[in-house]
Amino acid sequence: MFIQQIKKSLAIFAFLTLAITGAFAQSSEVNLGMVLEPPHLDPTAGAAAAIDEIVYANIFEGLTRIDENGAVLSSLASSWDISNDNLNYTFYLRDNVTFHDGTKFDAKDVVFSFERAMADDSVNAQKGIFAVIEEVRAIDAKTLAIQLKRPAGDFLFNIGRGDAIIVSRNNFENNKTHPIGTGPFKFISWNKGSRVVLEAYENYTGEPVSLKKAVFTFISDPNTAIAAMLAGDIDGFPIFPAPEAMDVFANDNRFNVIIGTTEGETILATNNKRAPFDNLLVRQAIAHTIDRKAIIDGAMFGYGTPIGSHFAPHNPYYVDKVNTYPLDLEKAKVLLAEAGYPEGFKATLKLPPPSYARRGGQIIASQLRQVGIELELINIEWAQWLEEVFSKKDYDLSIVSHVEPFDIGIYANPDYYFQFDNEDFRAIMSQLGNTTDDGGRRALSYYAQDFLARHAVNGYLFQLAKTGVYNADLQGMWANAPIEGNDLSQMKWTK
Amino acid sequence: MSKIEKRENIFKKAWGHLSLRIGLIGSIIFALLAIISIFWTPHDITLLNISNRFLGPSSTHWLGTDFFGRDMLSMLMSGALTSFIVALIAVSIGLLIGTPLGLLAASYGGIFEWLVLKGNDFLFAFPAIISAIIITAIFGPSAINAIIAIGIFNIPVFARVSRGGALSIISNDYIAAARLSGRNNFNIAFVHILPNIASLLIVQSSVQLSLGILAEAGLSYVGLGTQPPATSLGLMLKESQSLFLLHPMLAILPGLTIIAIVLFLNLAGDGLRDALDPRLAKQGALDSAG
Repeated sequence: MFIQQIKKSLAIFAFLTLAITGAFAQSSEVNLGMVLEPPHLDPTAGAAAAIDEIVYANIFEGLTRIDENGAVLSSLASSWDISNDNLNYTFYLRDNVTFHDGTKFDAKDVVFSFERAMADDSVNAQKGIFAVIEEVRAIDAKTLAIQLKRPAGDFLFNIGRGDAIIVSRNNFENNKTHPIGTGPFKFISWNKGSRVVLEAYENYTGEPVSLKKAVFTFISDPNTAIAAMLAGDIDGFPIFPAPEAMDVFANDNRFNVIIGTTEGETILATNNKRAPFDNLLVRQAIAHTIDRKAIIDGAMFGYGTPIGSHFAPHNPYYVDKVNTYPLDLEKAKVLLAEAGYPEGFKATLKLPPPSYARRGGQIIASQLRQVGIELELINIEWAQWLEEVFSKKDYDLSIVSHVEPFDIGIYANPDYYFQFDNEDFRAIMSQLGNTTDDGGRRALSYYAQDFLARHAVNGYLFQLAKTGVYNADLQGMWANAPIEGNDLSQMKWTK
Repeated sequence: MSKIEKRENIFKKAWGHLSLRIGLIGSIIFALLAIISIFWTPHDITLLNISNRFLGPSSTHWLGTDFFGRDMLSMLMSGALTSFIVALIAVSIGLLIGTPLGLLAASYGGIFEWLVLKGNDFLFAFPAIISAIIITAIFGPSAINAIIAIGIFNIPVFARVSRGGALSIISNDYIAAARLSGRNNFNIAFVHILPNIASLLIVQSSVQLSLGILAEAGLSYVGLGTQPPATSLGLMLKESQSLFLLHPMLAILPGLTIIAIVLFLNLAGDGLRDALDPRLAKQGALDSAG
């Protein structure tokens, strides 16, 4: 009898301990799902968004930091001065910052990081960020001077991106497998094919963070993602892979659905040097045939914003060009006849794996068939897409989302895979690069958007939405994705 | 009793078999629906009408519409057609290659028989679906590669069945007589043995047909079979899986169709076996071959 009682109380004790530690674990640990696993973890040596989605603002910090609305905040630089000619920047660095290996951070690390990114043999994916820099100089350990070649209005934003983070000048070789940064979280482990684990860095001197541990789990299959969310194995998916299932979570008060914007302009990429797409009339006819609402509803289940040019609607310089070529099948047929294709023509549409492309492709093929354009759908993997479409430009049409912020400049490159070769547009872009005043940049941005819309360089479909699903008790997630990243510093459990 | 009368008798007897009757009628209905879809479907499934998506059953859309606004009945008809074609061609591959191999193995014997048997063992050692995944992974996912993958797996099945059938009659006197009259092994295999094991092959074909439909559904479900915009029953299941919690009918309908077709084909196969192979019927041996 007595022994039984002891057993009983032991069981209760064990249960309570478990319950308490369980609750405690939940209040400081977060498990986030990601669709793609990064190839490595060094954001200064790769373009993959998945790298930044783990390390940005968590492991690595830059001089500045971007918030969820795209505003520039202080980070390793606590403040800065800008000269009147907009050419000389002086950054005042934060005190008592150490890298995760224990060494001290100072201005020389910034000089090293920038010079490494600017070097001829640099493998940085966004070397353009550093192209405007004339010189980076450490004035003393806590003060840094950067001189620009020409004024650049987006310089402070650009150095807040993941490609411009600061690495340790003494310990940077192993960043691909064991990243060492200054951020609030340090790298613990990476089980390839499964997860990356981060823990709070105990000597972090910036704004304190609430989480003690963060796990990024890689789940690419939409059905597994749905099951993992419903079972509570995953606390959140910043970008949920199955837009068709969002209503499951929206209707369930255990979950919080956060819909925001991304920098992803989803386009019907068009090979402007291949007949018949080299003919403006043909491209205009396609533009008149595309029904954006049907594509957003059918491919993204309603998540997405129609766009009429290569520009994000949440950008302050955005101008609505959706109605440049309104839906008008009769007009499209007339244009095709004028271009010499009264019966339409046949072409191929190469589709990468994301569902916006695969589903969107079927919808666009159905829409273009109405004016006689017969598309053959070819499903390809990402590696094939990069090889055939992006590098070799061996394609007629494709569907893809361009996720870099403010990337309208790609149209000034005649070798880019759209092969849009236009002297006038290059002139607009170089003028934009040299303009720093807000009014001038706005006017040029408006003009550039209108120019692309009128030339119907690509079929402009929609701005990709950020479809986040989280446990309802989790707070502090980014609703929007102005740059790639999952900033953990504000995240916390309310229960 | 004349030959014709005897044959009529078999059909009469077979028709009296309940499971054969149900199986045949059911299979024919689905096969007809599939064939009709070549010429006509209630709605054009190549024209997507997004604003009509997720409609419930109505007088215009008897079974509702899917996530692209396509008519579900039309989709099921076209999907069943793809599934039938894949399974039929795959069974034909097995029948046309496997049967001669099995017959010749039985009549020639020796090293040739040994080679065929070992080849069979080799193919049987791989689970069919795994090998099909290997084939489609190497040559890319498509309906044609699915056909080849499933077809290859039908070869040893038919080789084994026809060799077994041949061995059971090869010791008969009329085979010896044929041999004495100077017929060679090849001639004996195709002229004297093949007609006598036809019933075995017909039964096996109906079973393999239903397995083929299941295999096509399985391959398409894991993304290695039919590719959009073409459709098949397995592909419809795959595409509706992530919608299952919100729109379960999109998955239930193709799932039920697969079950019904496979069930009817199996019933027909069992019935055919009972009718065509009197020995089995007498012994009441009704194991479901597979």
